[in-house]
Amino acid sequence: MALKGNLRDFSTTQLLNLINLARKTGALTIEAQGTSAKLFFKEGKLIHASLGDQDGHLANMLLKAGKLSAEQTRAIQAHSEVDSDKELGLLLINAGYVTQNDIVQSVKAYILDVVYTLFTWVEGLFYFEPNILPSEDKITVPINLENVIMEGSRRLKEWERLQDELPDLNRALRFTDRPDTKLRDINLSVEEWRVISFINPRNTIKQIAQSNNMDDFQIRKIVYGMLQAGLVELVTPEGGEAKPGMPPGRPRTAAPPPAVKRGVILRLIDRIKKI
Amino acid sequence: MQTVKMVVTGPFSAGKTEFIRTISEIDVVSTERKITDETKSIKEETTVAMDFGRITVDEDLVLYLFGTPGQKRFDFMWEILSEGMLGFIVLVDSVRPETFREARRILDVFSSYGAATPYIVAANKQDLPDAWPPEDLRIALKIDRNVKVLPCVATDKESVKNVLLELLYSILEGTEEE
Repeated sequence: MALKGNLRDFSTTQLLNLINLARKTGALTIEAQGTSAKLFFKEGKLIHASLGDQDGHLANMLLKAGKLSAEQTRAIQAHSEVDSDKELGLLLINAGYVTQNDIVQSVKAYILDVVYTLFTWVEGLFYFEPNILPSEDKITVPINLENVIMEGSRRLKEWERLQDELPDLNRALRFTDRPDTKLRDINLSVEEWRVISFINPRNTIKQIAQSNNMDDFQIRKIVYGMLQAGLVELVTPEGGEAKPGMPPGRPRTAAPPPAVKRGVILRLIDRIKKI
Repeated sequence: MQTVKMVVTGPFSAGKTEFIRTISEIDVVSTERKITDETKSIKEETTVAMDFGRITVDEDLVLYLFGTPGQKRFDFMWEILSEGMLGFIVLVDSVRPETFREARRILDVFSSYGAATPYIVAANKQDLPDAWPPEDLRIALKIDRNVKVLPCVATDKESVKNVLLELLYSILEGTEEE
């Protein structure tokens, strides 16, 4: 089944998070602002990206990364009879123009440039086509989406959106139970590490912010990034604080469900089975 | 006679009325009115008070199903409807991602009414080609792994039965041995 929607309702961050957690393989196309972007994923990792008319040719990627001069790039495009990025890469390595590492880093930087641009798109149609991979001639570099999401979230400046995504600072945080996630593999800023050190189901987000002298915007940005990267999850603080994020004007009842005997439930099950 | 109650909730046009209508033994007591605002393009009528369905087990036991109103301005009804519920079902429209944020809000609100009240999420309209799969909805809505997210077609009796049974199994896990 295809995933379709609009970024207005399901943001780039949320899409990447979904692809990461579901370890999806396929192509994500986003059409917005008169252009379109195409991202390719393999088992939840970003492996290639292109954006509208921006040439995804290897020579241009190397130019953008400063590994080739404009003149060299023009010469390659004018005279090279090699269409494949992989073949061109080998030729350039053998000729001593670049190293393999230069190529990998340049392709990676290009892919990241494209994907970070998408974080600023707040509206646009998207669709995900499973099991579609880039053509064989393209050089792919697997990129861990957790770091992309963290960095993309850092660039996400829309205060309103942050507030919308994380309305309630009286919730607490706990680390997710994901054995495949290792904190040391994720690049965290100093501020993020400071927040990490306070994460505990007893501490509300607001308390963590106060302890770190952060305002609501700063803490929202950091917590939002961590939530989207799947590092932490929201929980009700131990001690049961009020939840201002709930609709106002109504008393909140933490009423337990009515005590119903097991036999009643079994009778209900039996009845519904017979309908 | 003992009566027990379950609540069917979810965003506007998620299929709550249809869900109850499919399984109820009585004609659903539904207070639908013509829509006069911008939501009209989605459907012609909406529930302004509540849907009410019934399943009689025997002369001593009756299950009532209550559907919450679909529009935001009737949110005040939620808490009233949720009092004494055995469990609740959050119906999600799997083909309209624009409603996912509202679905998440509803989940949070209903969970706050009774922290220990069992619930499940039903990914409705799975018969439509653009339906998001239940496991993708789990991620999109940040639903805990311990909560069941089931495929659902609210017009299909077997599908609705399955959702109700799964909720009852969840309730059963939380009940003590007699």
